[in-house]
Amino acid sequence: MTSDWLPATITSVRPTASHAVVLTLDVPGWAGSLPGQHLDVRLTAEDGYRAERSYSLADSGSSTTIELAIDEIPDGEVSPYFVRDARPGDTVEVKGPLGGYFVWHDTDPSPVQLIAGGSGVVPLLSMARARAASSSAAPMRLLTSVRSPADALYRDEIAALAARGIDVDWIYTRSGPESWAGRVGRVDAAGLAASTLSPSVRPLVFVCGPTPFVEAVAGMLVDLGHPPLRVRTERFGGA
Amino acid sequence: MANITRGFTGRRRAPDPAVPPGQYLTDDFPVLSAGPTPRVDPDEWRFSVRTEKGFTTTWTWSDLLALPQEEVHTDIHCVTRWSKLGTSWRGVSLDTIMAAVDSDFAYAMVHCYGGYTTNVPMADLLGGQAWIAHEFDGRALEPVHGGPARLLVPHLYFWKSAKWVRGLVMQKKDAPGFWEQNGYHRHGDPWREERYA
Repeated sequence: MTSDWLPATITSVRPTASHAVVLTLDVPGWAGSLPGQHLDVRLTAEDGYRAERSYSLADSGSSTTIELAIDEIPDGEVSPYFVRDARPGDTVEVKGPLGGYFVWHDTDPSPVQLIAGGSGVVPLLSMARARAASSSAAPMRLLTSVRSPADALYRDEIAALAARGIDVDWIYTRSGPESWAGRVGRVDAAGLAASTLSPSVRPLVFVCGPTPFVEAVAGMLVDLGHPPLRVRTERFGGA
Repeated sequence: MANITRGFTGRRRAPDPAVPPGQYLTDDFPVLSAGPTPRVDPDEWRFSVRTEKGFTTTWTWSDLLALPQEEVHTDIHCVTRWSKLGTSWRGVSLDTIMAAVDSDFAYAMVHCYGGYTTNVPMADLLGGQAWIAHEFDGRALEPVHGGPARLLVPHLYFWKSAKWVRGLVMQKKDAPGFWEQNGYHRHGDPWREERYA
């Protein structure tokens, strides 16, 4: 199912935050994906040089049009191409969907807590979109930590999730919106407890973000009483 | 040439024969874990091997440190496509561990604190190919990287080098562990790009 590289054509590119873009790609033969899965992308330069990277999918389902959101990594090799140079009609290759654990199934009635650091929101948005589009009655709550409003991927869509039955909470680590009355700073245990589902409802918790963020949050969740096996993580970057 | 990505030039590095296909070099040490980092006190840490003969052999932390220690200088390759060259580890060879164990089975399921498992053939664990590693770059292995001790099987993709290792269960047949049940390859040779099931 995942053995072959599939040609993919970029069909749209739009900015979504100060250094990130949302891309849609048309992938004939794409087998569809589950909320939370990722894929590999391969780029080939004119002289045959290739680079491969993994990215989370921002949506799920059976469509052969897929969506990615890519945050530019300073000094990165592949993300600057997507954020600065990619345009409709460009072609890449993809392999996937990949991953079977960091996945939300709409048949699971458990409450779900999603916790995102920065661009870690991408696979979690896929889960929230799937929940909003499904007949699932599973309670779902999304906590997103960003440096500032301008750094938030999918800011408007995340804000609109509240009207689609998903509770939304924000953490601003550097500066909040003008009207923001909450605290500004990195998430702490009290803030986490106040803005996430209680361990007493035994939520399935998905945490995605940079390694230091995920390490800190996952540790606090365990301290708050969440069973470690109910906390699923996806990390990017070094420790 | 087919499948050119217009506008992509990439950042050339001289081709390095130490880097397997589809991998890129990093000086960073990225982390791949399915859940929270378990906190394991070395005083509570145990490593056990259970065999088909009904015996379980167990080592404490001080037992482990009392065994012959080896310095390992090796390259590591993660299935998420980063490779890191020239890493330095210290630990106990699986040959030393298995010398104390009587088993005829050809496969092992590796078990970890935190509940995760991965399957590795004994042919990949013996013969100077695998260690119980407890130091990285001359310092105690950090919990986020698998401390107090992780399996080190550097010739396979790095998810096989299970963090927070707690033991082996000998098996007659190969059977998929945690990651292998979740889409990753049974074996995981980076030179053959055995990435996905």
